[in-house]
Amino acid sequence: MNKVQNNRAWFLILPVFVLVAFSAIIPLMAVVNYSVQDSFGGGVWIFVGTEWFESVLADERLHDALGRQLLFSGLVLAIQIPLGVMIALTLPTRGWLVPLCLIVLALPLLVPFNVVGTIWQLFARVDIGLLGHTLADLGIEFNYTDDPLHAWITVVLMDVWHWTPLVVLLCYSGLRAIPPAFYQAARIDGASRYATFRYIELPKLRGVLTIAVLLRFMDSFMIFTEPFVVTGGGPGNATNFLSIVLTNWAIERRDLGPAAAFSIIYFLIVLLICWMFYTAITRIGQADKR
Amino acid sequence: MARIVLDGVAHSYAGKGKAKADDYALRRLDHVWEDGGAYALLGPSGCGKTTLLNVISGLITPSEGRVLFDERDVTRLATEQRNIAQVFQFPVIYDTMTVRQNLGFPLVNRGLPADRIAARVGEVAEMLDLSDALDRRARNLSADAKQKISLGRGLVRDDVAAILFDEPLTVIDPHVKWQLRRKLKEIHERFHRTLVYVTHDQNEALTFADKVVVMLDGQVLQVGTPEELFETPSHTFVGYFIGSPGLNLIDCTLDGGDAVFRGGRIALDDDRLARVRGRNVALKLGIRPRYVEVLDRAGAETLPAQINDVEDLGTHRLVDLALGDGGPVIRAMVAEDAALPADAAFLRFPPERTRLFADDVLVA
Amino acid sequence: MTVTLDGVTKTVAGETHLYGMSLSLVPNGLNVLLGPTTAGKTSILRLLAGLDRPTAGRVLVEGADRTTAGVRDRDVAMVYQQFINYPAFSVYDNIAAPLRRARLPGPEIDRRVRDTAALLHIDHLLDRLPGQLSGGQQQRTALARALVKRARLLLLDEPLVNLDYKLREELRTELRHIFQTGGATVVYATTEPQEALLLGGQAIVVDAGRVLQIGEMVDVYRNPASVRVGEVFSDPPINLIAGRIAGGEVQFGGEMRAGRPVHFAGLADGAYRFGVRAHHVDLAPAGPGAVSLSGTVELSEISGAETFVHVRHNGLNLVSHEEGVHSFRLGEPVTVYVDPDRLYAFDAADRLAASPHGPAGAAPVLAKTAGAGPA
Repeated sequence: MNKVQNNRAWFLILPVFVLVAFSAIIPLMAVVNYSVQDSFGGGVWIFVGTEWFESVLADERLHDALGRQLLFSGLVLAIQIPLGVMIALTLPTRGWLVPLCLIVLALPLLVPFNVVGTIWQLFARVDIGLLGHTLADLGIEFNYTDDPLHAWITVVLMDVWHWTPLVVLLCYSGLRAIPPAFYQAARIDGASRYATFRYIELPKLRGVLTIAVLLRFMDSFMIFTEPFVVTGGGPGNATNFLSIVLTNWAIERRDLGPAAAFSIIYFLIVLLICWMFYTAITRIGQADKR
Repeated sequence: MARIVLDGVAHSYAGKGKAKADDYALRRLDHVWEDGGAYALLGPSGCGKTTLLNVISGLITPSEGRVLFDERDVTRLATEQRNIAQVFQFPVIYDTMTVRQNLGFPLVNRGLPADRIAARVGEVAEMLDLSDALDRRARNLSADAKQKISLGRGLVRDDVAAILFDEPLTVIDPHVKWQLRRKLKEIHERFHRTLVYVTHDQNEALTFADKVVVMLDGQVLQVGTPEELFETPSHTFVGYFIGSPGLNLIDCTLDGGDAVFRGGRIALDDDRLARVRGRNVALKLGIRPRYVEVLDRAGAETLPAQINDVEDLGTHRLVDLALGDGGPVIRAMVAEDAALPADAAFLRFPPERTRLFADDVLVA
Repeated sequence: MTVTLDGVTKTVAGETHLYGMSLSLVPNGLNVLLGPTTAGKTSILRLLAGLDRPTAGRVLVEGADRTTAGVRDRDVAMVYQQFINYPAFSVYDNIAAPLRRARLPGPEIDRRVRDTAALLHIDHLLDRLPGQLSGGQQQRTALARALVKRARLLLLDEPLVNLDYKLREELRTELRHIFQTGGATVVYATTEPQEALLLGGQAIVVDAGRVLQIGEMVDVYRNPASVRVGEVFSDPPINLIAGRIAGGEVQFGGEMRAGRPVHFAGLADGAYRFGVRAHHVDLAPAGPGAVSLSGTVELSEISGAETFVHVRHNGLNLVSHEEGVHSFRLGEPVTVYVDPDRLYAFDAADRLAASPHGPAGAAPVLAKTAGAGPA
């Protein structure tokens, strides 16, 4: 339906344009600018074309970090999504327990990222940490500063603790939106608990699960603060994720050109994978329609 | 299939003991739903009809009384233990399943052999005109087809005691409503299942049911066939609620053997007189607009009236009259080509069509 | 206020909603747009309100071209199907809103709000919020807000369709009286023939983006210019039966035969489609000339105080409209009677060839007394 045009409306969104320009477009252009130039200091810039991109793409360190990053995101999604759905299903639906459960669940989400890292760094320590010390008492040698596997377990566990509640809250809201008639119909049809989940709850959760997967993928793929605080990327390079590598290049080594090229590639990877997820899930929806 | 008995059932959401008389969503009720009957529960919103349906389905355990299915006390049994089926206001279907899987679902859950299931599903789909859609995904069908699937899931089971309907045509396009109504009728005539149909729509209730249960404020006012509700409403509300326009109601008092009201008087028969004489009750006369006779000259038993307004509805005309000199307003339905006086008219209320109500209850 | 649509076409995304439509509203009177759901009624209302602009054609108000004037520049009020009120405002403030926007003096606003509320019987609810009201009261509030402006063009888009039928019955009659007293040009869109007849006024029958017939309400009802008007303007649907006129005889529905009725005198012999409204298909012979047909009951529906009986006979479906409430069993054998004096004849192009009510404007040919009225 074509409405009557009113050009005044454009003036009203002008401030948003300015804000977006300063917060997103201009910094991004600066990065693009760095990625195609080299400098030997003194304000002298040389145009190098795609040279940085070529060297970054050929860089072993990037390949390794990308592999680790994908593994991490995969693990995190594989644990958090089913776990989140499971917890959401077991939460009470009414009574005074509801707000209590929701508040307790939401607490990890309120903790600042670097504090999360610090908490887990202390928690998992063998000498004074509750977790590390208890495990040591049980005869399990747990040392995340030495053992790459232990470092991974710690980092994944930390992320699960930190972010599963988000999945739970999303799923819980999705479950609450299912009209009671559906449950009643399932009871009348003699459906088992599993059948009710499989044929009513899961289909109705598809929307929120899409959002949960996208959010959790993007966040976990760009994770920086928590592993940086806990392991600093170690032991060795074992938990050296993409953003940690990038920070290393840009801040510590001040290799601005390669870091900028890296940033852009990183950004495009995230964009690409999100787009793939999104189209895959909406395709399923479209296929249903036929 | 079953005969369903409500024995002294009452329900209050406040819980037993704590409830005052006004708290009852459903006041004490004894009723028998005969096996194979088609019943409608009719009333305005908040009248308790949904509560009553939920008592039958087992979603609500009544705070008083018993529910019997064929002599078996099911009062405390949960929905799934009662062998009922229900069609809800909004179509409930299993989104990811095909129509075939949807229809077979209750049987799969009950562990029937695959060939039995296939046979039953085929039969039910045939009857509901869903055969062509069996392998389509249920979620992509129109609302009326989805409602048919909901109904079909009840029909595939042969152990169903009753099928309950909770305003099932709410989301159906007006022009397909009648097809679905027809389907319901046909299914009822073929299978003689006990059907209980909740609605606030008079036309739907009267069209669907053999017997209509009219409710108001948690109370059953009348149970009767559509004709009975129309011809002899047992309560003034039923008279108003059934029929369009509703029953004409005239406040009156007794004077000797006559009912007297502003603008006239009419004689009452001895039988009815005997029932109201000496009782301190508010009396009302009631007559259907289509039974009011509009005449152009005075005669025996006529009352003078003024025509206020005439609405031509094509098939007939609705005449708005005031009795006597600014007395109560009477509406009369007159045939499309009947002669009408210009403004002064004379009304006759045929005694056999005139009802008397004492405190809103019919004096039989 | 005179309002005219002049050759108005409306196309949205390649789909044409209105085809070069021209019509004049009765100034300061009631105009009822009658048509099925996708006829284009809402498109017409939106053009009249200035919410949309036509793709081609002009909208003339008081003779001046106002095609491009926006909704704020037109003196118009509108009521929708949905009950649209400001949820956070009381009923009083809801009704007062358009007057406050027009910066009327306080006492004037107060007086008008109270008058309008009294007119619509919601004066006892002025302090309530819309959420605390029933559907009927909410729509009364929306109607009051439209009326209080005293706009010279009042548009109503199926305002009663979402109400229970008892409420609809009450409001219809009230609206009819309100429209009769008002000084506004009213356009009322509806799909229901009964509602249109009850309201009266000028009938504008629309279908599929075109105007089919315009005229005085009962006149259009009695003399539908085409088969389609007959269909749109009949509920239950008008019965259409193929047949022919041959000499002194009419034949229809295969085996029904009768003498040629008087109102078919001027018709040439040949094939016709005959139409008969459901209330003239009777379960008892209405006149000596009535032709009988035996069939079985497909369905009986009860509507208000009437029963519609759908009867089937050899592939021919007839609907009979009986007064009162009656029950029928599916498949029950019945005999229905059709009086040839009640038949419409439509020619090969589906135009009205002869009507039992004679030419437009004339009194009904039949003066038979029936029902409650004595001779």
